[in-house]
Amino acid sequence: MSFEAFLIVAAILFCIGLFGALARRNVLVVLMSIELMFNAVNVTLVAMAKYLAPAALQDDISSVLTGQVFAVFIVTVAAAEIALGLGIVFAMYRTNESVDLTEATQLRH
Amino acid sequence: MITEALIWAIFLLPLGSFAFSALVVRPFFNRYSLVSGIVTIGALGTAFAFSIWTLRSVIVHHDLNFEPIEWLEVGGATIEMGLLIDPLTAIMLVVVTGVSLLVQSYSLGYMEGDKSFCRYYSYMSLFTAAMLGLVLASNIIQLYVFWELVGVSSYLLIGFWHERPAAAAAAKKAFIITRIGDVGFLIAILYLFAKADEFAAAGLNAFHIPDIWQAAQPEAALGAVLGGTALTWLALGIFAGAAGKSGQFPLHAWLPDAMEGPTPVSALIHAATMVAAGVFLVARFFPVFEHSADAMMVVALVGAFTAVFAATMGLVMNDIKRVMAYSTISQLGYMMAALGLGLYAPAIFHLVTHAAFKALLFLGAGSVNHATGTFDMRYMGGLRRVMPVTYVLVLMSGLSLVGIIPLAGFWSKDEILLGAWDGSSVLDTWVNRVTFSALLAGVIMTAFYTIRMIILTFHGEFRGGVETELMEKAQTVPAGAADHGGVHLHESPLVMVLPMVVLGIAAVALGYLANPQWDMGIPKHWITGFLADGLGAALGLEGHGEALEFSWWMALVSTGAALAGVLLALVIYLRRKGKGADPLEHAGPLHTLLAQKYYVDTLYEDVIVRKGFFKVIAGTLDWIDRNLVDGIVDLIGWFFRNIGSAIGKFQTGQVQAYATGIAFGILAIILALLLAQ
Amino acid sequence: MVVQDVVFWILSVMAVCAALGVVLVKDLFRAALLLIVVFMAVAGFFVLLSAEFLAVVQVLIYVGAIAILIIFAVMLTRDVQHGNLPNRLQIPAAVFASLLLAVLVTVAVDTKWDFLPSEQQERAELVQTSSVTTLSGDVLTDSGVTSPDDQAEVQGSGLADLLIGDYVLPFEVVSVLLLAALIGALALVRPDPGTGRG
Repeated sequence: MSFEAFLIVAAILFCIGLFGALARRNVLVVLMSIELMFNAVNVTLVAMAKYLAPAALQDDISSVLTGQVFAVFIVTVAAAEIALGLGIVFAMYRTNESVDLTEATQLRH
Repeated sequence: MITEALIWAIFLLPLGSFAFSALVVRPFFNRYSLVSGIVTIGALGTAFAFSIWTLRSVIVHHDLNFEPIEWLEVGGATIEMGLLIDPLTAIMLVVVTGVSLLVQSYSLGYMEGDKSFCRYYSYMSLFTAAMLGLVLASNIIQLYVFWELVGVSSYLLIGFWHERPAAAAAAKKAFIITRIGDVGFLIAILYLFAKADEFAAAGLNAFHIPDIWQAAQPEAALGAVLGGTALTWLALGIFAGAAGKSGQFPLHAWLPDAMEGPTPVSALIHAATMVAAGVFLVARFFPVFEHSADAMMVVALVGAFTAVFAATMGLVMNDIKRVMAYSTISQLGYMMAALGLGLYAPAIFHLVTHAAFKALLFLGAGSVNHATGTFDMRYMGGLRRVMPVTYVLVLMSGLSLVGIIPLAGFWSKDEILLGAWDGSSVLDTWVNRVTFSALLAGVIMTAFYTIRMIILTFHGEFRGGVETELMEKAQTVPAGAADHGGVHLHESPLVMVLPMVVLGIAAVALGYLANPQWDMGIPKHWITGFLADGLGAALGLEGHGEALEFSWWMALVSTGAALAGVLLALVIYLRRKGKGADPLEHAGPLHTLLAQKYYVDTLYEDVIVRKGFFKVIAGTLDWIDRNLVDGIVDLIGWFFRNIGSAIGKFQTGQVQAYATGIAFGILAIILALLLAQ
Repeated sequence: MVVQDVVFWILSVMAVCAALGVVLVKDLFRAALLLIVVFMAVAGFFVLLSAEFLAVVQVLIYVGAIAILIIFAVMLTRDVQHGNLPNRLQIPAAVFASLLLAVLVTVAVDTKWDFLPSEQQERAELVQTSSVTTLSGDVLTDSGVTSPDDQAEVQGSGLADLLIGDYVLPFEVVSVLLLAALIGALALVRPDPGTGRG
């Protein structure tokens, strides 16, 4: 259970999420993939907080919590994102009768 | 002795009346527009009085020197505002203010009731002021400013009835053609400016007119600054400007068309202001001209040619004002020829007498138009019974123009002919002979067209005036008919007749007063000596103007020539009864050629302007603009339009496609950063 | 340590497989359920990383709120059974994801990390867990934090202290962001006043 192992697992999760966000038609799957990416980032942050020495360690022991603080903010932002994202999904579903992203091309040239 | 301020007042009074009419009366008191006329006449009257005083001061004191006001210093030359008061200036001042005063008084009657009465007077004041400024100028730049101002005001006055297309076109034509000549004048000024350093080295100012005279003197102590070919080109440049203003061939085409303006304007243009400016300019720079034999020859030959050329066209014109216009061009040719032959004083003398009788002739034409409503002589006739005063005055001035002894015109023309015969030392003999013959031929033709005009207008039966003209031509409004609609045969009112009488006296008596051949209270050859002395004094030289002795032999020849013309006209036209065609039309093609003005206008308008300018130059530029310039612009537009639609293909609206692009970009950046480490 | 390693590997396999399932399974509903599995696994990671507070938050917010919301959304839209179709970018996306993965793994392995000194690990762990544990004097003494100053310092540096202390400004900004997002979401899903549909 090394630091690198956490990083690699997080990287795998992130890349899976990225693939899903880019390659799936359904907007809900895209949203879920984005959540995957958020989680991968959170894992990375917390792992770094656990294993790495922050520059301000000597001054303030609480600097080892910085990674967790960031993770908290990301969770919050993710909550906001999903609320808005689902709102957009419903609005899109209402106009397009579909949640297929490839059909949402009103803004093309 | 007159003060400097009063001389400035001669120029400033008409300028002030212009400002008053244009800025006060016209915007606020247009109902009382008569005020502007009275103010203008008052201002000119005062200016005339001051001019007389100036003339008297110059006679007594010869040269009046005033310090000029320095305005700008430009690269070694100084532009200044100053007064150059010599005999030439003094005489011109009297002529300009005098004729202008009389014409303005006449206009009170002629323009009565015109809705633009006030505008008319403001333009007239400006015109006179510009001419006076031109005459007074001591600096060539100052002179040029007023020179162009004269051009502008003539444009405004010729196009006074701008709602008439012919008037607008004539104004434009006058402006453009004189501008062509002005280019030459401008080049001459620029050449002087280029030489400013050499002038300064000799202690002279390249723009100061007397300094330019000095610079042209070969025997000047410091050596001639101007000389050789450069001097000739400088003189020819100045002459180009003068030829444009004075209607010399080939820039004469505007002058007959300028008849579209109100008749008093024509009188002013032809007698005192516009066309006199050209002759004045050459006279002003006479000390420069006389040192270039080539330039003198050009001036003499152009003048002589114009004198004959214009007179031939005058023979066949039917419009009374056009006859006079060609007559003016012809007479200006006399003056130019005289200047070219070195007859400085006689040229100016002729300018003075011509101003008197030509102004009178035009005012007479205006009177006739006032009565008949037309300018076309084919619809006049028999007016001597209705308008006896006008008839007598026109007859006198006409005979003065013809050069019948002892009227004013005779004396001045006689001096020119005598000088041409005697010849000048500068020019080749053949030039003298050619000029003399041309001028003598001109005398015959002048006599013919003048008498023809008088007979057609005043003798025989009345042929109906404007009403008949309208009926026969079935056209809307003939030129001039809008001045005074309708036929109303009567003598003109006193306000018009009185200035004519004054001019009539001048046209008869000016020869004696100005240049008596014998001592009669006034010294013999007074004006010639006066002018020549002035010129000599300015240059510090002697030898300008040994006055030519009156020669009975020459008087006999010129009077004989004039009488021959008169008799010919009498024989041809007095015998003619009723309407019928003009007897001259029997000349066939020759008549057509003359009536078509030698096709010069056609050449200018159709060949040079339409074909040469429009088709070749404008056409080429148009082609370049359409195909090259537009082509490049269109190509650029086409390129981006098509690039745009090609790039637009990438803009699919697929959010994920965009995201993929962004992702690859991020990857590239990460890789670049890693590789850079 | 062995136990923890075993747990880590189990959680890792679980997380990766479930994540692949989220992306690849055709049935949307199942994908949503697999997402919950991923969230739970990540919560497990947090516990392993001595971030118990975050683990709890993860379960509460992700599993309890977000995943449920997504399931609602899945139920409310059509094509639940066969909705998860790939688009035309599958191959470039896969290529890109693999490349990125390679890069990230290289970075993770190659970088010389500045690890926390082993003598500090105990105290750091105490601080990191302090958000969910009340640290008694005995625990602190057992962990080698003996001096009263050090004890006070460790006790006064929990997550909550940071959030309303040093990070209060981002904290408030995020609060406003949440509010704005709520209002925005309401505005988006509100019935269209013109048509009355919705």
